[in-house]
Amino acid sequence: MSVVGHAPPPFFKRGPAPLVRLAFFVSLSLTLLIADLRFHTLEWARLAVATIAWPLQRATWVPIDAAGDFQSSLLKENENLRRGKLGTANLLLRQQHLEQENKRLRALLDMRARQPVEGRIAEILYAARDPFSRRVIIDKGIQHGIRAGQAVVDDVGVIGQVARVFPLIAEVLLLTDKDQAIPVEVQRNGLRAVLAGAGAGMMELRFLAANAEVQVGDVLVTSGLDGVYLPGLPVARVVKVDRDSAYSFARITCAPLAGVERHGLALVLGERTALPPRPDDVLSTVEQPSRGKRVKKKARP
Amino acid sequence: MQPTHSSRRILLPVRNWFIALTLFLALLLNLIPFGRLPGIPDWVALVLAFWCVHQPLKVGMAAGFALGLAMDVVDASVMGQHALAYVLLAFAAAGLSRRVLWFPLAQQALHVLPLFLGMQLVMLAARMLGGAEFPGVLWFLSSFTAALLWHPVTYLLLIPQFRPEDKDVHRPI
Repeated sequence: MSVVGHAPPPFFKRGPAPLVRLAFFVSLSLTLLIADLRFHTLEWARLAVATIAWPLQRATWVPIDAAGDFQSSLLKENENLRRGKLGTANLLLRQQHLEQENKRLRALLDMRARQPVEGRIAEILYAARDPFSRRVIIDKGIQHGIRAGQAVVDDVGVIGQVARVFPLIAEVLLLTDKDQAIPVEVQRNGLRAVLAGAGAGMMELRFLAANAEVQVGDVLVTSGLDGVYLPGLPVARVVKVDRDSAYSFARITCAPLAGVERHGLALVLGERTALPPRPDDVLSTVEQPSRGKRVKKKARP
Repeated sequence: MQPTHSSRRILLPVRNWFIALTLFLALLLNLIPFGRLPGIPDWVALVLAFWCVHQPLKVGMAAGFALGLAMDVVDASVMGQHALAYVLLAFAAAGLSRRVLWFPLAQQALHVLPLFLGMQLVMLAARMLGGAEFPGVLWFLSSFTAALLWHPVTYLLLIPQFRPEDKDVHRPI
């Protein structure tokens, strides 16, 4: 190796020049960046490195765990109770929606058998260090039967979706991440829409006409159209509706109902059985996103 | 080798295993989950920049690339983001190494601060082009804490190289 900007005399053999090495490593990094950002082809490498790094990661928490051990037994009991409550919260969450649904007699029209829900309680270990995305790490992984694409809820509503699984942990992409989109409906009137993360802990209802019937305070629940989320899970509340006639779409800001940015326990819902395949049509040649959750960024209204 | 070029103190030669150990410990420090707390320095970048300035023949872009890949995985960020930033940081720090050691430590910190900020800008550009959200201005605070830590880190990492203090009257070095 030779020092940048100071070429050694030619009789010292010190390998390629610094600029050559820089060009090599930069092009290698850029290749990796593009391969990961555009084609998502590096998951196997990530899995391998993450498996090796896991014991180290665990080791760094020892001091933090030791600090946590000071908590009293009452706090622990509290924790256990909350854990139990979370197991049943899943059913409670959907009850409100079912009542609404009965009121509108929709159940009479479409008596599709509701799928039974099972879930697995996971603890949110920490928020991922990456400041550009909203992800948390949970303490369940491939070994516990977690698969990418499963929905994650807490006792109030939806938190997000499992984005990556490692043997013992999994990454959950939060609803407030800019890459995350979730199909919802307005609980009051059943208006369907797509809710996307807007960063800074907020979300945005996209592609609704400026005169769409949405009010401040409306509760949005999952519509279940994507085959990932069960219908009727509370997601967000509308906090601001901006109807600017200069744009064809209304700008509707929503705040998540669940403790998306808080830590604690979460419930990873089991995978839904797949919806029946779409009938063939002209659009069938368009490539469908593999898990139906990562919606590519579209132009803002 | 001296702590700074204007110092009269002569250092022992550095041991390779010590460089590897400190880089590894910095990686461990980076694994501590602080979440989105602003102002936590990037320890790997700090230690890497230090060794690139002090030992540019031993630590360089290859080390930066390898450490960057490890950080990309444990950080849940995009593969290549830290690798690219660390490679550029190592290049810039090595380019600075002949000059910056003439300055006292406080001014050295001022020299490396733009390097850390540049590294963060590279990461920002890589991710914003990929459509990620802006992490907020406070995120850049970690560069400033890293620059503030330059002084203590210099002493910490040079401890094994300091000669014993006992003076030899016959060999006044």
